[in-house]
Amino acid sequence: MKKTFTMLAAAAIAATTAAPALADLVVPNLSYRTGPFAAGGIPYADGFNDYFTLLNERDGGIGGEKVVVPECETAYNTEKGVECYEATKGQGALVYNPLSTGITYQLIPKVSADGIPLYTPGYGRTSAANGKIFQWVFNYPANYWDGASVAIKHLLDQNGGNLEGKKIALLYHNSAYGKEPIRTLQELSKKHGFTLSEIPIDSPGQEQKSQWLQVRRDKPDYVLFWGWGVMNSVAVQEAANIRFPMENFIGIWWSGSENDVLPAGDGANGYKALTFNGVGGDYPVYADLKKYVFDAGKASGAGDQSGSVIYSRGMYAAVIISEAIRKAQELAGTPKVNAAQVRDGFEALEITDARLEELGLKGFGQAFAASCGDHGGAGGAMVQQWDAAAKKWNLISGFIEPDHEVLDPLVAEDSAAFAAENNIAERCN
Amino acid sequence: MLYREAGDFKTSYVKDSQTFPIKADRMAYFALLAVAFGVVPFLINDYWANAVFVPFLIYAIAAIGLNILTGYCGQVSLGTGGFMAVGAYAVYKLMTTFPDVPILIHVLLAGGVTAIVGVLFGLPSLRIKGFYLAVATLAAQFFLVWLFNKVPWFYNYSASGQITAPERTMFGIAVTGASTPAWAKYLFCLVILVALAWLARNLTRGMTGRKWMAIRDMDIAAEIIGVNPLTTKLSAFAVSSFFIGVSGALFFAVYLGAAEVGEAFGINKSFLILFMVIIGGLGSMFGSFAGAAFLVLLPVLLKNVLVGGLGWPTDLAAHIELMIVGGLIIVFLILEPHGLAQLWRVAKEKLRLWPFPH
Repeated sequence: MKKTFTMLAAAAIAATTAAPALADLVVPNLSYRTGPFAAGGIPYADGFNDYFTLLNERDGGIGGEKVVVPECETAYNTEKGVECYEATKGQGALVYNPLSTGITYQLIPKVSADGIPLYTPGYGRTSAANGKIFQWVFNYPANYWDGASVAIKHLLDQNGGNLEGKKIALLYHNSAYGKEPIRTLQELSKKHGFTLSEIPIDSPGQEQKSQWLQVRRDKPDYVLFWGWGVMNSVAVQEAANIRFPMENFIGIWWSGSENDVLPAGDGANGYKALTFNGVGGDYPVYADLKKYVFDAGKASGAGDQSGSVIYSRGMYAAVIISEAIRKAQELAGTPKVNAAQVRDGFEALEITDARLEELGLKGFGQAFAASCGDHGGAGGAMVQQWDAAAKKWNLISGFIEPDHEVLDPLVAEDSAAFAAENNIAERCN
Repeated sequence: MLYREAGDFKTSYVKDSQTFPIKADRMAYFALLAVAFGVVPFLINDYWANAVFVPFLIYAIAAIGLNILTGYCGQVSLGTGGFMAVGAYAVYKLMTTFPDVPILIHVLLAGGVTAIVGVLFGLPSLRIKGFYLAVATLAAQFFLVWLFNKVPWFYNYSASGQITAPERTMFGIAVTGASTPAWAKYLFCLVILVALAWLARNLTRGMTGRKWMAIRDMDIAAEIIGVNPLTTKLSAFAVSSFFIGVSGALFFAVYLGAAEVGEAFGINKSFLILFMVIIGGLGSMFGSFAGAAFLVLLPVLLKNVLVGGLGWPTDLAAHIELMIVGGLIIVFLILEPHGLAQLWRVAKEKLRLWPFPH
């Protein structure tokens, strides 16, 4: 027992020395640079950090206040995620973006009790789009159900608007993340008359032989894919091995980065994935990033991720968060905003095409305006296709709008279930 | 000199066989309890509760449970994660079906459900031993995780397959759910841990425990002297699974608040708890605590020192942390194969003779 005590005492000393200054805007980065999901976690964290570094170096922060981004390693593990949340919330955290649907589910009740906004762009609990129930959670510009619907719409386009009798398989990470789209796809299969088969892959997904054997046996016309981390590259490789037509293999936005397709070489040519942000390094903001961050030696991590798909998505999250903080400062009339004011900023946030152009990100994301009831944004996504010869993702569509007619009742139903479980009254009425 | 038996006279058999025969030990034990109940709840904040104390207390319960089965009864089990999942899903179903019953009753009932499941999976232990039993319990691990993923009834048909603990109270104070005060979480787990540890300690030094140890040391000899292997092995499985079920229930309801079976109760959890028991010391109460402390607190401590104290990049720190913990495990096992508990025992022997060892 003495040993326990000495360890506790040492931990106490360490914890007290770790507290930073409280004056700045604190945006914790719960990242994962280790473990089976690091392939996605590293570029995302780098993009997130680098954009805030750019704001600090170029503009002196947001509204004159420097942004501090304490990083905490979660390894995509919910226990470590909770620890990171508790460790950073005392530093005056303004918003959380954990890049993990599992951690998001844990944090939704916690942030609601602690009054800190949670921003989960393109992941997390889909029904959080309903701001009437989820006061503290925002998931614009798009969520998984939007993604599922956009993928089906893309397939409808390719088949002249008719998917009757087609077989579509959903290959998914067997977790909250991978299970999210199932309900939507089931509804859509009823509406459009395709048959849906669900094939789970257990985390981390390094072994998928049996799943692909099932794909070979069932011969689905299309495979939709909800993967993340190491399982993405394995799936692309396996699809190439069984000579599945790659243009009929469509990943969600988390399954469409360079890391996922490069290992399969030419076999990955034609693989498609969704994206809710622009890809590639052609946006003017990259010139500023190069000047103020990369050339100044202040890049996060190894500094080799600039312009990659996941990097730009991490940057996009940082852009939205910084815009929300700016909005909050405007609403509150002071640059020193607190978490509750930032929440108001998120709720009043309007991203216009003109504003994106000012930020050097013309056409990078969709314009949207949040409101008290709408925390989900427009929900559009683009389809990108991998060109193995050029080693480049090409956008092959504009923003495709999801099928709100199917999604809105589902969101209402799921959020009502959450409200009933937790005795939450509807706001905004 | 300070730590000695001299002058501590025992005048009855009860006193002779007490848990802490040395006065200094008893004082330290009561002092620790006094601090744990009387001081810590007033100082604790969310970080200390959620990152340090609550996981430590819950893992200690699980480690005691596994130690009963593996350390005292000699039955190797790799199904701990699966049994914790049984506890978690049982408490979830109970919480949501009977919202008005105090949470403590649900936690204990969840332990009871796990005990029944544990006995079922313990049945093969009558025929198979050692590695083969380990494989059978491994099957339990994979089967249970698969079951909770597959059957939507267990997660109340939620869209994502996640289970989320709603707010439940004890004497009007929230114990589960997001608005739980840190001290309530801590005290709830502490009370259960102290009660269960007391129970386990007394079980293991009574007839039940002696039967378990007889089976562990040599099952045929035990059978010849009249120990019934059926009841003994199954009682070890039942008691052990009860403890593990309670820890799983607390792990989900009080600590995490939301869980996903594959991630929270996967095979890694089984190994983690087995390592706690091995590093702490098989067949030792203190070892269960020491092992849990070692594997729960050391990573948190290292993270705080490396990232918070020294300002290292988080990925480097995470990798170094794995190496340090792994290295320490090897060092401990080479220097003291019987675990931290044996180190503690040796230290106490030395202390008794200090400063005149000859």
